[in-house]
Amino acid sequence: MTIADIKNYLDAEVLCGEELMYKEVHTACGSDMMSDVLAYVKDQSVLLTGLCNPQVVRTAEMMDIICLCFIRGKRPSQEVIDLASERDLVVLASSKRMFEACGILYANGLAGGAVLE
Amino acid sequence: MSNLVLKYTVDAEDFTRAGEASSDVKGKLKRMGVPPDAVRKVAIAMYEGEINMVIHADGGEITVEITPSQIIMILADKGPGIKDIDKAMQAGWSTASENVRALGFGAGMGLPNMKKYSDEMKIDTVIGVGTTVTMKVNI
Repeated sequence: MTIADIKNYLDAEVLCGEELMYKEVHTACGSDMMSDVLAYVKDQSVLLTGLCNPQVVRTAEMMDIICLCFIRGKRPSQEVIDLASERDLVVLASSKRMFEACGILYANGLAGGAVLE
Repeated sequence: MSNLVLKYTVDAEDFTRAGEASSDVKGKLKRMGVPPDAVRKVAIAMYEGEINMVIHADGGEITVEITPSQIIMILADKGPGIKDIDKAMQAGWSTASENVRALGFGAGMGLPNMKKYSDEMKIDTVIGVGTTVTMKVNI
């Protein structure tokens, strides 16, 4: 699946990284707790979250995540979008709720990926 | 070749800036050609430590030493100290406030995570004086 596919499946808006939409992604995770993302995520390349502060971008950066998707209609500030843009992250925004967004992507072949023990 | 030493001051005033030091170290290690697995371990371990310094300790100083065989991170703060290290090392145990949780942290995974991502970790803490965490990641 490409990031462009995610945009279509989630009826999402692209907030930055339009030129990187061709990138292939195989695994994703969904969480509002960055502590848990840092603790359990291993090789996921997409993060779905309803948390909107700059630490979402920092967490993605540390974990080598390449696409952030804000859900539940959450919109990050321009400062957060700029921070993501500087790090070559694609930022999407969808009005779908977490359960639904994860379910749609999973049903279309995006896996959960490995969990760090 | 002499070892590279990097020094950072972590400012606790502004939560939005937490992680800047870790981000800088990650970028430098990548550019130096350090293997990606080691870069990621350093980035995550240091970022967790940096967040801890902001949440619990009113900031502090971080020194990172890069040697040919390992990366040594020393995170020193003048915070309240850790009362019960055994409890603090338990996954899920946290003294963080609801405010911190609302920011996406304080799940009680900080120190366990730092230990998980480092090859060696040592905590020196004195109540009322401060805490120094030393982490080493092998290259």
